[in-house]
Amino acid sequence: MKITCKDVANVALLSRLEFSESELETFTGQMDAILEYADVLNKLNVDNVQPTAHVLPLRNVMRADEAKPSLSRELALSNAPEQEDGYFKVPKIMEG
Amino acid sequence: MDYEIVIGLEIHTELKTNSKIFCGCSTKFGSEQNTNVCPVCLGLPGVLPVINEKVVEFAIKAGVALNCEILPFSKFDRKNYYYPDLPKNFQTSQYDLPIAVNGHLDIEVNGETKRINITRIHMEEDAGKLVHSGATISSSDSALVDYNRTGVPLLEIVSEPDIRSAEEARAYLEKVKAILEYLDVSDCKMEEGSLRCDANISLRPHGQAALGTKAEIKNLNSFRSVQRGIEYEVIRQEEILDDGGRVIQETRTWDENKGITASMRSKEQAHDYRYLPEPDLVPIVVDPARVAEIRANLPELPDARRQRLMNNYGLSEYDAGIITSSKAVADYFDQSVQNNGDAKVVANWLMGEVSKHLNSEGITILDCPVSPKQLTELLTLIEKGTISNKIAKTVFEEMWTSRKDAEVIVKEKGLVQISDSSEIVAIVESVIAANPRSVADFKAGKDKAIGFLVGQIMKQTKGRANPDMVNTLLRERL
Repeated sequence: MKITCKDVANVALLSRLEFSESELETFTGQMDAILEYADVLNKLNVDNVQPTAHVLPLRNVMRADEAKPSLSRELALSNAPEQEDGYFKVPKIMEG
Repeated sequence: MDYEIVIGLEIHTELKTNSKIFCGCSTKFGSEQNTNVCPVCLGLPGVLPVINEKVVEFAIKAGVALNCEILPFSKFDRKNYYYPDLPKNFQTSQYDLPIAVNGHLDIEVNGETKRINITRIHMEEDAGKLVHSGATISSSDSALVDYNRTGVPLLEIVSEPDIRSAEEARAYLEKVKAILEYLDVSDCKMEEGSLRCDANISLRPHGQAALGTKAEIKNLNSFRSVQRGIEYEVIRQEEILDDGGRVIQETRTWDENKGITASMRSKEQAHDYRYLPEPDLVPIVVDPARVAEIRANLPELPDARRQRLMNNYGLSEYDAGIITSSKAVADYFDQSVQNNGDAKVVANWLMGEVSKHLNSEGITILDCPVSPKQLTELLTLIEKGTISNKIAKTVFEEMWTSRKDAEVIVKEKGLVQISDSSEIVAIVESVIAANPRSVADFKAGKDKAIGFLVGQIMKQTKGRANPDMVNTLLRERL
């Protein structure tokens, strides 16, 4: 698999990262090398292997349906960059 | 051109649990903003979510009731997207191994039974609520977020594109809602958002196998808007196709006030959910014995209940269908009948006076001021001949507002029916004497004139005279 600058730019957009042209080229080369290294896994025959759903051999870890006290609103909002009337305040979302 | 309409519905229903899906915060609706939140549902770093066992139980119940196969091995996945209603930037949902798959539901539309296949049912967390500070979404430069709803357990029920009209969509949604109510797993209050529906709609020329390009319609928040929204969208797509244009695959929102669907343009262009297995939650293994146990203990569902009402009480399929389409109405019916009410009379009153009053006040039967016991007491008074059917409606009106028992109202207002023939004869004779003209008209063959005379008698007795006796006695004397 060959990674292109376009792929990296797309991942950057999805990750909310901004790269300069030269960074984009550097990362493209590095990512390509990483993926090429991991590509060895594609050579394995996994026909009879179930995809791993979880690395721990645990199943059915559940809790009873009991309501517990929540955080105070003041505490819940204490890390918010902006707040208003007990709400988290965020930038505009939709385009007009 | 005449197109075939192809619709698939995605129904989201909030489950009726005490606590959220992955944390102990309350699921109470209408709490003050950001008061039912904790590090887990706020997505703070380092927290560990744990699944609520009730959510799994409810999901299996719904799956079994909707004729699904329950997967013995199921897991959660992260669905990544950037929207501030999710503080984690991903929604914990189920991707390739949902709890239930391959179900179906039979619906009736215009007297015909049709099967709608159900692709899958999965468990996921609800998102928070955005409050826009400007007049509209597009004119706001910021939004306010309440995360109380974040983490409220949801089931998403996805149908195959088997629905062919707005009526079918509505019938399917109504039936799913009824089943969820009967199972007692959700409140299904569309007005509070505990039952929501998105519709995927596309058109194709009749006979074409390939599906047309679809648009996804959101914000269908009532049965009425599901029907209207779909009807509008079908016409919109027809016009585009007739003009030789192409439908764009996009998400559109239904505007109830304007009666239109409009494109929802998001800043996020790349819709790439990049699902990945949720490392913080371990898989769920469901023992087939558990499924069998849940299946054996399912409550009576709408179809079975409708059949019971038809078999036991001789109700028509239509009447039984209306009564059983809401569990609360069916419960009210059963309680009334258990109080010795005549089933058919109860059914008529439920679909007549009771539903008329409920509709005009915009409330459901759960808030009905007249209890099933009170209704049957009223019906007993009619049966015994104490009051006429007509007076009973007046009494019912009074019961509705004063919440008094029928018998008390009848006594207080002196509404007991006059069935003493000598008393009625006296009034009949005085009315005949006072209205010679109508009497003459009647004798000359104008049968209608008798209506006026009956009216006069009823007026004098304030409607209390036994109508059958009035008719007989009046005709005897004419």
